[in-house]
Amino acid sequence: MMAWIAWALGGVLLGGVVHLATILVLPMTASRDSFSRLEPVTAVNQMTLLPQPTPAGSVVPFMDPAFATAVCRYDLTDAPLKLLVGVAPSYTSLTFYTRQGLAFYAINDRAAARRTIELDLMTPAQRASVQDDEEVTAADRLIVESPMPTGLIVVRALAAEPGDLPLVRGILAGAQCRPQPTQQ
Amino acid sequence: MRFLLGLLLTLAIATFTGLGATWYATVHGLALGGVTIGAWTAQPKNGTLGIDPYARAMIARSGELPLGSGDGVAFSAGSDDSGQPLDGRCDVTISGVTPQARFWTITAYDRRGNVLANPVGRHGLTSMELFRNEDGSFTITAAPRARPGNWLPTGEAQHYTLVLRLYDTAVGVATRAGRETPMPAITRGACP
Repeated sequence: MMAWIAWALGGVLLGGVVHLATILVLPMTASRDSFSRLEPVTAVNQMTLLPQPTPAGSVVPFMDPAFATAVCRYDLTDAPLKLLVGVAPSYTSLTFYTRQGLAFYAINDRAAARRTIELDLMTPAQRASVQDDEEVTAADRLIVESPMPTGLIVVRALAAEPGDLPLVRGILAGAQCRPQPTQQ
Repeated sequence: MRFLLGLLLTLAIATFTGLGATWYATVHGLALGGVTIGAWTAQPKNGTLGIDPYARAMIARSGELPLGSGDGVAFSAGSDDSGQPLDGRCDVTISGVTPQARFWTITAYDRRGNVLANPVGRHGLTSMELFRNEDGSFTITAAPRARPGNWLPTGEAQHYTLVLRLYDTAVGVATRAGRETPMPAITRGACP
């Protein structure tokens, strides 16, 4: 009898190990995470306006229907990225996600001096090479460092009322992200 | 023989409890380090690189993109203040005030994170379009059919989750439940 209890206790302990291991491994193996869902509907280093969420589904779950959403799936391997986003009348935000869907940086239109948010996304290595030759302009340049070479930039703009949505989607359709080769 | 049986028992229990716990944690969620105010729960850390492994696994599984902490914070509620699951066939009132934010939105979702089907094609409300009381508080009625004032259509969904998103707000990782974070009450009214 004691032996069986020992075997069972061993099973529960091993179960705990299995549980912790699967929790840690799951994010690396998930085939339906945000990046995998967006991959087929977006192009690399291009801005794509996502369809509004409907009861039948949306590209990613739990989208805020009051917002228009555009996504730039980036790859910084070859060059840094330049981002130009026109600000919508009510509210505009930019959130940067790693390949695993972790938000590593977010800003909203309060950071925009003009009606456009303009910034550069680069890897730490690319940034190190830029700083030397462009010290003068660095002050008025917004630079975001990506911890990984690939990820997602999600631009969200609010339609305060449903009637504003076409206008807001129009503004987001003009948002741009494009590779910016460093001048040598 | 006994050894083999024992080993099989151990492995069976390990598989069942281990995978069972993982399934439960990623489907139902564990509110580790979350902020709970009344029926509402937020996980402000999900919008940062400091996200905990459980939330990370859950997000990888659901495929959602959490709000970045510089953008806003999402509070969700799957039940009313008395703990009853939210039912789209009932009248549910959401009333009171919210913490300070530039604006906020409220949306009802089904289990899979889709907005609710309803005849008017309206899936949420923003704080900018609300009718408010003189003291700044508000009352929203979530119901299947049109209601006077602020109506949030719920179609005929059997169960839904409310998500209230505060944008450009000071509410975040350091926030505790308290006077500075008043969340609206969720009360169940008439039910068919």
